[in-house]
Amino acid sequence: MLSVWAISRLVAGKDLRVEWRSRVVSNQVVPFAALMMVMFAFALDSDSVLKRVAPGLVWLAAMFSLLVIVQRAFAVETADGALDALRVAGVRGAGIFVGKALALAAQLAVLELILLGAAIVLYDTHLVGSGIALLACTYLTATLGLSFVGTLYGGLAAGAKGRETLLPLLMLPVAAPVLIGATRATEAALGTAGATTSDGWPWIGLLALFAVAFGIGGTLAFGSLIDE
Amino acid sequence: MEPAVELVDVVAVLGAFPVLAGATLRVERSEIVLLRGPNGAGKTSLLRLCAGLLPVERGTATVLGVDLVHDRTAVRTRVGLLGHANGLYADLTVADNVRFWGATVGASAEEVNAAMERMGLADRLADVSVGRLSAGQRRRTALACLIARRAELWLLDEPHAGLDAAGRDELDATLRSAAVAGATVIVASHELERAGSLATRVVQVVGGCIREAR
Amino acid sequence: MNHFGPTSTRFTRALGVATILGLGWLAVFGLLLSPDDVVQGSYARLLYIHVPSAWLAYLAFGVTGLASGAYLWPRTRSMQWDRIAGASAEVGVLFMALALVTGSLWGKVTWGTYWTWDSRLTTTAFLFVTYIGYLAVRDLGGSHEQRARRSAVLALLAVLEVPLVHFSVSWWRPLHQAETIERGGLKGLMLFSFFVGMIAFTLLYVWLVMHRQRLMMLNDMIDDSGLDRALAERRNEVAP
Repeated sequence: MLSVWAISRLVAGKDLRVEWRSRVVSNQVVPFAALMMVMFAFALDSDSVLKRVAPGLVWLAAMFSLLVIVQRAFAVETADGALDALRVAGVRGAGIFVGKALALAAQLAVLELILLGAAIVLYDTHLVGSGIALLACTYLTATLGLSFVGTLYGGLAAGAKGRETLLPLLMLPVAAPVLIGATRATEAALGTAGATTSDGWPWIGLLALFAVAFGIGGTLAFGSLIDE
Repeated sequence: MEPAVELVDVVAVLGAFPVLAGATLRVERSEIVLLRGPNGAGKTSLLRLCAGLLPVERGTATVLGVDLVHDRTAVRTRVGLLGHANGLYADLTVADNVRFWGATVGASAEEVNAAMERMGLADRLADVSVGRLSAGQRRRTALACLIARRAELWLLDEPHAGLDAAGRDELDATLRSAAVAGATVIVASHELERAGSLATRVVQVVGGCIREAR
Repeated sequence: MNHFGPTSTRFTRALGVATILGLGWLAVFGLLLSPDDVVQGSYARLLYIHVPSAWLAYLAFGVTGLASGAYLWPRTRSMQWDRIAGASAEVGVLFMALALVTGSLWGKVTWGTYWTWDSRLTTTAFLFVTYIGYLAVRDLGGSHEQRARRSAVLALLAVLEVPLVHFSVSWWRPLHQAETIERGGLKGLMLFSFFVGMIAFTLLYVWLVMHRQRLMMLNDMIDDSGLDRALAERRNEVAP
C-alpha cells in the first residue's frame, strides 16, 4: 500500500493537471475575483475608504473565490464517480485530504497574489519594503489554513450527494478567524491606517495555529467524512 | 485456499430499503460468475457490497479472506469495481487517467502501457481528453484503469454496455486471461448470450436474494 | 428499552414538575416581586431569562462535544451518545436564539445598540451558526451509523473552531463592556431568584434532552422495525 505522502503527491499532481488542462480557475475564477474587486469599489464609492479597507477586501474576495474553487475541486471528483472509485481503490482519506488541500493552496496562492495586484492597481494600495516578510508569512499561513478548511468541508458536502449548498454555511463560520487574522496582518504589513509591522506578527501566530489545527484535524477526520 | 467470496444470508440496506434480503453466494478463485436478474434485483448492490462499499447489515460476508462485517476497508485495494460510473477525470487524457489509477496501487509504467494496449487505447486515443471520447471509448478507458490496478477480484456492472463488437471481444478475452492468471470475476449483465458463453457459472438474483446458486 | 412506550418515566415526570415549579417561581419573582433596577428600571428583568439561556446554550454545546467524543471513542461507542449529542444541540440552538434575542433587546435599552462586536457576543453568534450547520448535517440522511459518525466528527471540529474564533475576535476588539451583573452585584432575594432561574433552566434542559433523545430512539426503532417487513416484501418479489 502506498504511503499517505505518496498518495498526497499523486492526488495533488492529478488536481493540478486537471486545472492545467481545463483552465477553469484561471479562466473563470480569477476573472470572478477581479470582478468582485471592481464591485467593492462600486459599493464603497470612496477612494479613501477603499484604501483603508483594501486588505479586508482582498481576503474577502479570496474567501468567496475559495468557495467556488472548492466546489469545482469536488465536482471533478463526483462527476463520474471518481471519489467512489478512490474509496474502492482503498486510497486513504488522509492522503486525499492532504493532496487536495495542497493543490488547492497552490491555486489559491496565485489567485491571492492577483487580488493583491488588483488592490494595488485599483485601490491605490502600496507595498512597504519593511512589511514584505510579514506579508509573505501572512500569505503562507492564511492560504494553508483556508485550503485545509475548504478541503475538509468540501469533502463533507461532496460525500453528502447533491448538498453543495451546505458548504458556505459550514465553511464560512470556521474560516472567520482567518479572515480577521489575515486582514489585520496585511494591514500591518501595508501600514494601512498607521498600523506598524509589529502589530501584525501576533496574528501570524494565530494563523499558523489555525493552519496546524485544521491540518491535523482534517488529516484525521477526512476519511470518515467522505466514507459512506 | 479460501473462496474468493463467501456470503451467508447477507442483508444490506439503502436508507430503509433492503437492497439485499438474505443473499447466500460462494465463489471460488478463478471463477467467472455471471449475475443475471431483473432491474432492481440487487445485482449492483451485491457488487458494491463485495467491494466493501456497502455495509453488511445482517449475516456474514468474507471476501478474499477479509471479514466485511468487521472491516470492509481492508479488502478495497485488492478488488476492482467497474460500476455504472466510470470514475474517470474528463479533463485528463486517457493515458493520464490510466496512469493515475494504476499509480494508486503502485503499478509500473509497463503495466500501465500494457493495460492501454489491451483495450486498444495505446496509439491514437492515448492523448485525447476523456471528455471528448464516446461512451464506448470511456468504458474501454475505465476497463484499462481496472486492468492497471491488478485486482484479485473483478466486479463488473454491465461492462459490455456501450462497447462495439471489437470492444466486447477484447473485454471477454481480457476477463478470460485474468481468470487464467488467478483473478476471480463477477459480472452483472443483461447480455446473456455473450456473457453466458464467458461465464463458468450463472447465478440468478431476484428480490435481493440469490435464487439458483449452481 | 425494547417497546414503543411513552418517552416519559417517573423520573422525567418528577423532573418536569420541579422544572415547572422553578420556572413558576422565576416568573412570579421576575415579573411581580423583584424591584426595578436603579439604573435600568424594568429592563433588568430581561436578564432573568437572558443569562440562564446563554448558560444553557453553552452547557448544551459542551454536552454535544463530550457526547460526540464518547461516540467516536471505540470503547464507549454507542448510538445513545449520538442521540444525546443531537438532542443537546437542538435544545442548545433554541436557547442560543433566545439568548441572542433577549441579549440584543437588553443591549438596545441599556447601551443604545442592538449589537456590539464584543468577543462574547460574536463567539456566541458564530456558535449559533455553526450548530445550525451541524443540525443540517444530521438531516442529510444515510444510515444511522453514517449520521452518527459524520455529525460526531463535525461536532469535534466545532470544538476546535470555538476557541479560535474567540481568540481572534477578542484580539480584534479587546475592549468589551463589563457585565452589569458582575459590576452592580445582585443581593438577597434577587440573587436567590437568579439562582432559582439557573436551576430551573438547567432542569428544563435535562428534561427536554431526555425526551428528545428518547423520541429519536423511537424514530430509529421505527426505521429498524420496518426492516423485517420490508425484507419479507423484498423476498416475495417474483422472477419475471
